[in-house]
Amino acid sequence: MQQPSPTQISTANDISSDQKNISSQHTRKPEVSIRPQKGWSGLALLQLWQYRELLLTFGARDVKLRYRQTVLGVIWVIVQPLLAAGIFSLIFGEIAKMPTDNMPPFLFVFAGMLGWNLFSSTLLKASNSLLANSGLVSKVFFPRLLLPISTTLSSLIDFGVALMMMAVLMVIYRVTPGPALILLPLWLLMLLMIAVGISFITSALTVSYRDVGYILPVFVNLLMYASPVAYSLSGVLTRLNLGKGRFDIFFALNPLSGLLEAMRWSLLNTTPPNLGYLLYSAVFAIASLVGGAFIFKRMERRFADVI
Amino acid sequence: MSFNFAADNGVANAVLEPPAPNTSMPNTLVESTPAHAQNSNEEVMVSVRDISKSYVLAHNREQHTTLGEAASHWIKSPLQRTEQEIFWSLRDVSFEVKRGEVLGIIGRNGAGKSTLLKVLSQITSPTEGQIDLYGRVGSLLEVGTGFHPELTGRENIYLNGAILGMKKSVIEGHFDEIVKFAEVERFLDTPVKRYSSGMYVRLAFAVAAYLNPEILIVDEVLAVGDAEFQKKCIGKMSEVTQQEGRCVLFVSHNMTAISSLCTRCILLKDGRIVHDGDTETAVRLYQTMAFDPESAEANGTSGDYNLRGRKVASESGGVELRHVTLRDGNGAITNSIRMGGALSVEIEVEGFKHYRQGNLGFAIYDENGRVVSEFSVGMKPPPWSDRHVHERFLLRIPHVPLTQGTYSFSVHCWNQTSMLDEVNPIDKLHITEFDFYGSGFQIKPRRFVALLDGEWTVEDASANQSTPD
Repeated sequence: MQQPSPTQISTANDISSDQKNISSQHTRKPEVSIRPQKGWSGLALLQLWQYRELLLTFGARDVKLRYRQTVLGVIWVIVQPLLAAGIFSLIFGEIAKMPTDNMPPFLFVFAGMLGWNLFSSTLLKASNSLLANSGLVSKVFFPRLLLPISTTLSSLIDFGVALMMMAVLMVIYRVTPGPALILLPLWLLMLLMIAVGISFITSALTVSYRDVGYILPVFVNLLMYASPVAYSLSGVLTRLNLGKGRFDIFFALNPLSGLLEAMRWSLLNTTPPNLGYLLYSAVFAIASLVGGAFIFKRMERRFADVI
Repeated sequence: MSFNFAADNGVANAVLEPPAPNTSMPNTLVESTPAHAQNSNEEVMVSVRDISKSYVLAHNREQHTTLGEAASHWIKSPLQRTEQEIFWSLRDVSFEVKRGEVLGIIGRNGAGKSTLLKVLSQITSPTEGQIDLYGRVGSLLEVGTGFHPELTGRENIYLNGAILGMKKSVIEGHFDEIVKFAEVERFLDTPVKRYSSGMYVRLAFAVAAYLNPEILIVDEVLAVGDAEFQKKCIGKMSEVTQQEGRCVLFVSHNMTAISSLCTRCILLKDGRIVHDGDTETAVRLYQTMAFDPESAEANGTSGDYNLRGRKVASESGGVELRHVTLRDGNGAITNSIRMGGALSVEIEVEGFKHYRQGNLGFAIYDENGRVVSEFSVGMKPPPWSDRHVHERFLLRIPHVPLTQGTYSFSVHCWNQTSMLDEVNPIDKLHITEFDFYGSGFQIKPRRFVALLDGEWTVEDASANQSTPD
């Protein structure tokens, strides 16, 4: 927008020769310059910001579409985690007697499911976002990064509904949150950063290799059992290790361990999470988001040709 | 450009509220040049320099679509270079477009038109060369791309607008005009999956018509929709360029649209520009670029055309026109028939049955590329019995009502949203002299195009007429 206005150019040209005409063109700066792209490129964050309205439009479209032509509509958002929490609390809490920090197993598992569902639904939806919009990818120009990012909106709405259900459950079980509640948005942000960061890579890979779409749900399912969703990390560690610390590394490498524990700490005022785990999660979140975005941008230019 | 958005939209609003858009259409169709002259101040809006785009075609087993294949190939032979063929879809293409110009881009399927538009709209990046665009770009590569069938017309207007890069406030400002242009007032809150194909296309184009870019890139939107709506679209596009001094890059196979709209035309062949200049010449060159004329003539097989082995457009969705045969009234294979004589057209197509709303047609053009007539399956559907993947359609025209001359013909296959396959033009169609009236009267060549069949009689009118004196 820094070029001279067209009216200025035309008045200048009225009296100038053809050569001057050409030279005035060369002084103009093009709005868009298209050059062959090779190797790594920048993230074009400014462009992403200019398209923020489209981000919301995509998000809103997903939300509208999801429950259209369903009978119970938004009730599914509440019923799904309730059923899952019921089953898990029965299996892990009542049958396997996994430690739940002296919380009622159902409430404890439900709190774990809150964070886990936010992570897994974002990851799975975002990974499929390019394929689901293949028509747009091959026909319309817009920053492709928007597609995976936009899926967070519908996940967050689901989370909001489930969180209200959580509040009802806490009233029923007479559990009050501690001051750590204020940190809840931070844990959400980090969970979403990790989910979106990984999905940048998986969604880009899915464009060329459809296998990713099959293997990812299996991997996500495995990760759920390996993460402290239905059991408490500290309790499990003491039980598994009997004080020797052999399994610590396994949980420490999982960036979700600290975050899921932290979410429960914020909501139910349970044992505070290990600070080292949380720092690791924070570093992981930033690294996956930034690294994923660069990898995505590098693979992006083949999308329209391959998809 | 330098106008800020608000000011720009303000100007556009004022101009885009035509007092009577429908009545102004025929005028804009006819007089296409004069208004530009005032606007164009030789200001370059699009500068394309030596653009090339290559695709790598991997051969037979080298095409990996699963990670497993890719990995196993890489493990087995990490050093072996895969056997690759580089295909140049565009080669050293250079041109400029100035303010107020409408540039037509024509060429046969596979000539690189779509690739060029994709590169210009930044959907795919060029392999070599540079492009500078001096203005905001809006591209419309397929109408209704952003539509979602489950969403209502109203929701889709906002969705599609946002996808095309329009701000919500801009869409709101034009909402009523968009609805009016598309003629869908009554169905605004109906999901578009229940729309007729005509409504769908109208709504899709209407949204794009109110997009306000300084550079508008349009691909074959006129392949669909009825004639009246096509006229409306063309009118809208010429209005946008003439009154507002924008520039349009327009791809079409519809030579009538190209001729009436474009101030200049580029003809592409095998990824290279073979003509850049006036539209008339470009259209004439395009018409003479018949389907593989050398081989057809060399084999003396005029009238019989094997269309297989063409580069079928990637959007074809598995539909391929495979063979076309023309026969005269005696059943002989030929592309030369007599005036008023019979013509049979056999069209073999594969995969067409998968399209329930698909349409297939045969069109005849005059020397200037204008459509003289066309006849599609949709106009007079055959008795559909059982459908087959590989089908042969037979069209019998008892009298071709054309005067002697050289025409050309094409065959198309399309559905409500896109062209599935087409061969345009296939070859010339010669109409030879013949005593059509049986009176020995000779029609001067090019005096008129259509033959009327009828009878003259004359009778005494004096009995009925009251004479003044």
